[in-house]
This record gives sequence, C-alpha cells and structure tokens, in this order.
Amino acid sequence: MIPELGHFALWFALGLAALLAVLPPLGAHRRRADWMALAAPLNKGLGLTVLLSYLCLTWAFVQFDFSVAYVARHSNSELPLAYRIAAVWGGHEGSLLLWALLLVGWMGALQRKAGNLPPALLARVLGVMGALSFGFLLFMLTTSNPFERLLPMPEEGADLNPLLQDPGMVLHPPMLYMGYVGFAVAFAFAIAALLAPEDDLQRWLRWARPWTAAAWASLTVGIALGSWWAYYELGWGGWWFWDPVENASFMPWLAGTALLHSMAVTEKRGAFRSWTLLLAILAFSLSLLGTFLVRSGVLSSVHAFATDPKRGLFILGFLVVVVGGSLGLFAARAARMGLGARFGLLSRETTLMGNNVMLLAACGAVLLGTLYPLALDALTGQKISVGPPYFDSVFVPLMAPVIVLMGVGPLLRWKQDEGPQLVRRLRGAALLAALVAGTFGWAVGGGQLSAAAWFGLALAGWVLACCAADLVERLWPRQGQGLIARWQALPRSVLSMQLAHAGVGVFIVGVTLVNSLQVERDVALAPGQGVEVAGFEFQLERLQRIEGPNYGGVQGLVRVSRGGEQVTELRPEKRVYRSSEMPMTEAAIDAGLLRDLYVSLGEPLAGSNAWIVRVYVKPFIDWIWMGCLLMACGGLLAWRDKRYRVAVAQSSAAKALAAPAAQALPGGAQGRAAP
Amino acid sequence: MKLKALIPLALFGLLALLLARGLQLNPREIPSPLIDKPAPTFELAALHEGKPALKRADLQGRVTLLNVWASWCTPCQQEHPLLVDFAKRQPGVQLIGLNYKDQREAASAWLRRLGDPYHAIGFDERGQIGIEFGVYGVPETFIIDRQGRIRFKHVGPLTAELMRERIEPLLTQL
Amino acid sequence: MRTSLLVLVLLAGSVHAEDRPLEARTHALAQQLRCLVCQNQTIADSNAPLAVDLKNRVRDQLAAGRSEAQVIEDLTARYGDFVLYKPPVKPTTWLLWLGPALLALGALAGLAWSLRRRAQQPETAFEPDPEDGEDLR
Repeated sequence: MIPELGHFALWFALGLAALLAVLPPLGAHRRRADWMALAAPLNKGLGLTVLLSYLCLTWAFVQFDFSVAYVARHSNSELPLAYRIAAVWGGHEGSLLLWALLLVGWMGALQRKAGNLPPALLARVLGVMGALSFGFLLFMLTTSNPFERLLPMPEEGADLNPLLQDPGMVLHPPMLYMGYVGFAVAFAFAIAALLAPEDDLQRWLRWARPWTAAAWASLTVGIALGSWWAYYELGWGGWWFWDPVENASFMPWLAGTALLHSMAVTEKRGAFRSWTLLLAILAFSLSLLGTFLVRSGVLSSVHAFATDPKRGLFILGFLVVVVGGSLGLFAARAARMGLGARFGLLSRETTLMGNNVMLLAACGAVLLGTLYPLALDALTGQKISVGPPYFDSVFVPLMAPVIVLMGVGPLLRWKQDEGPQLVRRLRGAALLAALVAGTFGWAVGGGQLSAAAWFGLALAGWVLACCAADLVERLWPRQGQGLIARWQALPRSVLSMQLAHAGVGVFIVGVTLVNSLQVERDVALAPGQGVEVAGFEFQLERLQRIEGPNYGGVQGLVRVSRGGEQVTELRPEKRVYRSSEMPMTEAAIDAGLLRDLYVSLGEPLAGSNAWIVRVYVKPFIDWIWMGCLLMACGGLLAWRDKRYRVAVAQSSAAKALAAPAAQALPGGAQGRAAP
Repeated sequence: MKLKALIPLALFGLLALLLARGLQLNPREIPSPLIDKPAPTFELAALHEGKPALKRADLQGRVTLLNVWASWCTPCQQEHPLLVDFAKRQPGVQLIGLNYKDQREAASAWLRRLGDPYHAIGFDERGQIGIEFGVYGVPETFIIDRQGRIRFKHVGPLTAELMRERIEPLLTQL
Repeated sequence: MRTSLLVLVLLAGSVHAEDRPLEARTHALAQQLRCLVCQNQTIADSNAPLAVDLKNRVRDQLAAGRSEAQVIEDLTARYGDFVLYKPPVKPTTWLLWLGPALLALGALAGLAWSLRRRAQQPETAFEPDPEDGEDLR
C-alpha cells in the first residue's frame, strides 16, 4: 500500500510541477496577479507530495519491504537501521528521488524567505524550478520508478553495496545534490532575468548570491567527503583519481567558483552581467551533464550507477531542452544586459575576470580530458584512457595563475588602483610568503622537498600571506578606531572571502606536502613481524577472526611505535559481507595534524600465515580536507551575510514608497543607460 | 542578436551530438591491436593425457579458431554448445582451446560434462600466454589464418548470430 | 633474542628491501597502467587477478633489464593504448595535449580583447557607479 501511495504521490507531484512551470511564469508575462499567486500553493503542494513519496520509500526500506524491487536490490534483513535509511539514495532510482526532494526543498526555502521578492520574479524563478522538477519526476516515472514491485517477493534482499555502508558515504550524495540543486536556484534566477531583462538585474543578484554561496559550500563539502571516503575506505591511500564521475562533480564546482566571483563583480560594479548569467547557466548545466555522465553508461567509472541506454537518452533529451533552451534564450537576450560601471585596467574587476577565465579554462581542460576518449572512439573507433598522469600535468599549470590572482585580487581596489601603491602592498605580502613558506618547508621537509613541492608551498604561502596582509590593513587601528571597532566594521563578505581563500592555501599545503613526502610500503607480514617506515615501527601483533552485524572477516592488531615509545594501536580489517560475498578493506588510520599513519590488509599469502600489509605514512594529508572545510565555512559565512537581507528590505521599502526623490539605493530605482 | 552570444549554444550542440553518439558505443569494449599481426610465439602443456598440447607451429598451415575458456566461467558454458556444433560442421577449421587460469581436474571434468570439441588444448595455468594474446577475460575467441596471423577477435560468449554473420563468412574467405 | 628478532624484522622487510628500487619502479609504472577488467583502476590498486598478473609481468620485465618504455611497448602491443592512463602523444591526441594550453591562451586573449573593447566604449555606454556605502577596497 505504502509504495503505491508513494508512487501515486509522484504522479500528483508531476501534475503540480507542470502547473507550476506554466501558470505563474505566464502570469508574470501577462501581469496577472492571480496566476502569479498560484506559485505559492502549487509550490507547497509540490513540496509536500514529493516529501510524502520520499517518506514512503524510506518506510519501505525501514520495514524490509522486499516486494519493492529497489528495496530488494539495495537492502537486506541484516542491514542496520541507519543504513536502511541511507540506502534510499544508494541506487539510481532512489537517488533521483533524493534529487527531487532536495530540489523542492530549496524551492520551499526560497518561498519562505521570498518575502520582499517581487511576485513576477518569484513566479518566474519558481516556474523554472518547477519545470526542472517536472523533468526529474517524469524521468523517474517513465524510466526509473523506485516503487516498482518485485513479485514473487524474494525472501532476502541483495544488500546495500558494502562500499556504501559507511558514514562518509552516507553523507556524500546528499551534500553533492544540495550543491547541484542549489546551483539550480542561480540558474532559475538567470532565466528569470533573461525572460524579463527590463527588470533590475542587481536585485536578482542580491537574492541569488547567498543561495549560490550555500550551494557552493555544500558542493565543496560533498566533494571533500567523497575524497576523504575514498582515502579511508578503498585501502590504497589515494584521495583523488580524476575518475569521470569525480570530474563530473568537480566541473560544476569550478564553474560555481567562477560564478560566485562573477556575481561579486556584477553586484558591486554592475559589470559583466552577461558573464554572470552565462556562468549561472553553465554551473547548473554542468551539474546536469554530470548526472548524464554518471547514469548513462557513456563513460566507464567505478562510481557509475547501473546503466540503461533508455535512461541515458532521456537525460540527454532533458539536457538538450534545459541547456539548449537556456543558452538559446541567452543568445537572444544577453545583448540587452548593459555594460555596467566603468573600470580601469589595474583593478579588482580585471583580476576577478582574469581569475574567472582561467577557472573556466581549467574546467574546459577537465571536460576535454574526460570526454576525449569518447570523442576519439566516436570519430575513429580508437580507444584510449585519460587518467591522473594527464590531469595532474595539465591542471596544475592552469590553476597556478588562478592562485596567484587569488592573492592579488583582494589587495586591489575596485575600479582603479595605482601601480606604486599596489606594488607596495604586494611586496609586503610576497616577503611574508617567502618567509613563511621557506621556514615551514625547511622545518617539515628540509632537503627532501622537490622543486615542485617548493613551488606548491610558495603558492600556498602567497595565498595565506595575502589574506593576512589584507586583514592587517583592514584591522589596523587608525583614525580613532581601535582594533575591536575595525573588527566589528569588517564586512562579513570580506571575512568569508578570507576564510575561503585561506582554505585554498591550506589545501595546497596538504596536497603539495603529501605528494612530496609520503612513504608507502607493501610488505608481507606474519604475526609477530614488523616493518619500519619513515621512522615509525609497525608491528603486526596478531590476526583474529571477527563477526559484525552483516559481515565476517579478519582483523589485525598493529602496534605503532616511534623510538621505542608506543604511538598507537591500529586495527585494520578485511571484511566479507555475507549477502554479497564482497570483500572489503577497512583501513586503520591514526589521523594527526602533521601526518596520518595508515595500515590496510591486502591479501593473505598462500601457504603461510602472513598477509600482504600496506603501510603508509602520509604527512599533512588531513590539511587537504581541513582546507576544504575552511572553504565551505567561508561559503556558509557568505550565505549568512546580513547585508543581503537589509539591502533587500531597504530596496523594497523604497519601491513601496515610490518616492521619486528616493535615494539611489543599491539596485534601487536607478535608470539604466541606453545600450 | 550578437553572433558571439551564439557560441555557447553552438558548442553545446556539438557536445549533445557527441553524447548522443556515445550512447551507442560501449566504453568497455577494447579492440585488439593484434589484428592482422602474427600470433605470438608460445608453447603450452597439454591439459591431460591423450589430449595434444599446443604450440605456435600448430597455427601454421591451417585456419584456426582459438577459443579461450575456463571451467569457472559461466558464459563459457553458454557458448560451449555452439563450439561443439561448430566442430562437427566445420572439420576443415582447426578448433583449439586455451584453458585459462584453470585447474586440470576441474577443466577435464567440465569437458567431460559438456563435450570436448577441441582438436588440441593448451593449459595456461598462470595466464601468461593469454596476456601474450591480449586476453583480458573469458571467453574470448580468435580466428587465425593459414599464415598464423590473427584476423579476428571476439570478446565475450559466442552467439549463433555472430557465428552466422561474422565468423563463418570470414572463415570462407581464409 | 633481540638480535634474532631484529633479523626476523629485517628479513620480513628484506624480501622487498633489496628489491626496493625494483618495487618502486614497478609501483610507479603500475600506477600508470589501467586494469582492463575493472571499471577504472590502476593495476597497482586493483586486486583483480588480471591486474596482479600484469603487475607481475611488469616486475619480471623490469627485473630482466628492460626499460619502462619497453614494458609499456610490450603491453600496448597486446592491449592497445587503452591500457595507458597517460595517453601517448600522437596525431590523434595532439588536441588533447595541446588543448588546455590553447584554452588558457584563448581565454586570456578573449579577456584582453573584451577589456580593450570596453575601454574604447564612450563614457555614456556605462552606468554610474553603484553606491554602496562601502569603501572601494
């Protein structure tokens, strides 16, 4: 019953989404307030029905309803409750329902906070997002029904993929989808702006920007979680493989970063409007492209869902309609956007745009590498592989200028800066960078660091030094304002920027040092034997059999010591999940600020009681994810910037007063110069 | 409408065409670079007594169908009847087997159960000769001409359709 | 007792200790080679039987004195370029290898052109500075 209810709810939601996609935008076009007013109830209805459907699927999982095919494929009777709940998004169909849920969730949040938003804009934005919901719901209902029954009902389910039975993996898809769907908000605003170019663009930007920041932060966390999970779960100590599906999530992130920066320029100075609109379309389009790549079977990847050409065809059709339609609209309307305010060559605007074009070039390079095998196959039938050696050699040179600009940009004035003053500021930062990077590099690696490592440290040092230089200049007491006063006057947007940039610096330190200093050893160890790696002694004390709720296996006890003193005990495991008979490595990691000690069990050696054991010492690897966390914090802080709410309130108040002599508020009643 | 603004749409159009074509392709299928090249040199032990062993020289002078199989491989079981049938219908073609990473007893039992159409079988216990042939899974089937050149490779189980439409026409040409 | 323990420890590591240059070279090469039966993994990271076989083949060949290039040649002769994660530089991959540089140069050129065009616009084409109450820094 419940599954049928869930299925019916999806059909109902489809109808509501269709109405939402058509009536309110049409109302905005024809200035019919009653149609525009339909947006709110339709949106609410859509949100509730999708939620209901999702809860029904969750119920089916929790209650072990193996008569539902999807539940039977991704669960079994021994699966713990937490993972039963998470298993909802463990496969293709359910993850689509999660997509839909998050999409309507964002729409609901948008409506709640909409308050001051003009009805026409809200109607269009919700209309666009309603159209997107329609697409996803239709996709589910026609090709990927999560509620399909399996009769006769099997006695036992196939079990959730053991790789997914892990906290990190549980959080990873929701965070990713929050990001992708969040970019849909910016996308919807862009479409709305293109549909009504005579409306004030500045206002939609004020609105869209915090949502975009939140989406970006979420995507950052999602990608970082995936990377961290791969590191501790897959057993080979790597954290990024440039796998097509990883790239599929990274490209929207790069475009989203460019979008955030472009929004800053457009909001502050009104410049580069068409760029911002294009980037908003691009970020979400790349999210959709990622969805296509993961689910269509076009590319071979460890992450790919089970594939079906029919599904691929649908998503491709959806892509063509959404992306093709929006780019077509862009081509038609972008010219009306206007140029914004003037700025000189040596200005923050210029560096921001330089930053954006290089980010896009990097994004393009990742796209090139990811799709090249497909293109070559399609055109010549030749098969090649493009993997980490290619991406590593191509991506770093493209990002280096971005990193340099990341430091320079915040130190530049808007509109026009003066050379000598800039050089003075930069010189101080450069000295600080050299000092810090040099000292730090020498302390941690000494002569062991390669030239590439020094370069990486120099870049990171540059970023961090520039952040520090900017903060110092902004907080230095002057003109009667003390440190505290200046701190309180510091705009939250500046702080969020510094946090995010500092996060990048920390990230670079982690990547650089772990690549340069890590030590890996694969050795055969029998109980009682040990090995010395990078100054640590790893002693395999014993191996014993273990039993878990839905698995059995072998656990080793490895005692780690340094200079005779015990550092820690590690318990790596090799599990076999009973239902699928799939072997899984559970690495044992002693995480530390300065290094991770990582031990995982490989294979037992035939004919002895020894096992192949992988021992890694990875210095500074946690800085990678700490950096990502800092970046996300920066993004979240930007989301919470009160300026947006205050500014919008003022702006709508001005409109309400309709006083011709009203002050020129940001995004207020300014006229636009004739193009 | 500025022409410049059409560039993103045009690029997307190209991308969409590529992706549409991609839906028809299989990214996991790897064509063999050994086509039209001489078969590698090798010498393999026999599977069991009474069955001839296999070496490179055996490929010279006759058209050969080389089938890579193993007793632990389920699709091999599916295709096996086709091979048994083939051996009867085409005695002029030398059907030989490469037993890949298997155990002698299991392989012999498997053949006893399902039929042994092979003129000779090479026992490739460690899979080394398989690698020489560019084998990456089982079953795989090669067609080798009289001069010992590899002319065709199929990855996966044989089907009646494949036999009819690709393999048998090719064999008549060789 | 301590001596024999030490010997044991050394022995356990020593099977690989004396081969460490070989192991390092094998590992480095294995990280560039694709496991053909896996979805997307190197033969260094995969535990699939074919991956182990190929890794052993690499090690054997390196131990026999062949160079990395020769080992790669050996594998690509049998499995094609697909087995390499670093695509070889050939006419069919020129666009791949040059592409990123072209993208970067094109992007910068586009930006330069756009900035110059902007500078050439008359003052009236621009809008007045939005005032924000915030310093311009």
